Amino acid sequence: MDIFGWIQELAELVTFQWLHLEPGSYVGEATNFFIYDVIKIGLLLVVINYVMAIVRYYFPMEKVREVLARRRWYGLDYLLAAGLGAITPFCSCSSIPLFIGFVGAGIPLGVTFAFLISSPLVNEASLYLFPAMFGLKITLLYNAVGIIIAVLGGMLIHRLGAEKYVRQELLQFGARGRFEDSGAGKRISASALAARFWSDGMAITRQVFPYVVIGVALGAVIHGFVPADLAEQYLASRAWWTVPLATVLGAPLYANSVSVIPVMEALAGKGVPLGTALAFMTAIVTISIPEGLILKKVMRWQLLALFFGITTVGIMAMGYFINWVT
Amino acid sequence: MLTIKVLGSGCPNCKKLEAAAKQAIEGTGVKAEVVKVTDYAEIMKYDILSTPGLVVNEKVVSYGRIPAVSEISSWLADAELKAA
Repeated sequence: MDIFGWIQELAELVTFQWLHLEPGSYVGEATNFFIYDVIKIGLLLVVINYVMAIVRYYFPMEKVREVLARRRWYGLDYLLAAGLGAITPFCSCSSIPLFIGFVGAGIPLGVTFAFLISSPLVNEASLYLFPAMFGLKITLLYNAVGIIIAVLGGMLIHRLGAEKYVRQELLQFGARGRFEDSGAGKRISASALAARFWSDGMAITRQVFPYVVIGVALGAVIHGFVPADLAEQYLASRAWWTVPLATVLGAPLYANSVSVIPVMEALAGKGVPLGTALAFMTAIVTISIPEGLILKKVMRWQLLALFFGITTVGIMAMGYFINWVT
Repeated sequence: MLTIKVLGSGCPNCKKLEAAAKQAIEGTGVKAEVVKVTDYAEIMKYDILSTPGLVVNEKVVSYGRIPAVSEISSWLADAELKAA
């Protein structure tokens, strides 16, 4: 992407002119990668979080629930749920209120799961960062496959009649204090809104940025110090077992999607097949043991196992598919 | 006396919201007590879908984000006017 050309020039200026590092040396290449990626991802993060703040304001979870609860689109509601899961930002610490709120409002369990599966799988990073990192084709393929996995997973959960594994006693809440728009009666001016989006977005950027720096540092180490022939020998294999291995290795790790991307970018740069690298990243981002423990409070282990099983199989399928087409 | 509830299971964002609420109380000088609600059964009674949530005198004023201290201050002022 050409719009990032100036960052590359800046990174090279700092690395090779100011720091006097040798072009082609391990330290030089790693530093160059680090400066370039920190600036590029940092800037993209600011933009993404601003956009996400706007989305959250005009399209809060309450509206998602309303749309899903009101309309029965006979099969299409799975697609709708997966699509909404993709565009709305989601934080795993909100998964319980979300789950209870959806199922309690009469949204079928399968549709709720289509949303829950697609939400971390297709996320702001895959939608907005991938085009700048891996190009349009990979972006479209990845997100399309993510939506398909979510739809099929939701349908499977419906088919299996998994409703019996939900802890019913948690769904009996009558709403007490309905949300009232705090701005009711007084119009929020456009400039106040813009300021609010900015401060909300920057709050998240500040939270995530340290992890992005760690991710980029890891990526820089891989980029600069892992010798190409070593990587070629061990990592670039297209053997069938590499995708499951990458998924299993990524599963116990948990990190924000934006911070994992530089690591993946470096791996792909070393010749790791893109599908394998994507499977690794998606497993890190999607399969979260803390989230599992939280969800355990509202569902029995059978349903939880089903949820994790579907996600794991889905990630592997996505990895094979991307490897096959690239 | 206002009752302010911070709804959330104890995630880092809930703690930040609590701190912001306390700051707003100090800044505006209103009399208020801050209650932390961590039990999901209690939280769900307010029908919010994302945490942390902020409740002023049983009215949900925000959820799913950490509002600025100035925003919280204006909600406190509103609630004081209503209560008076």
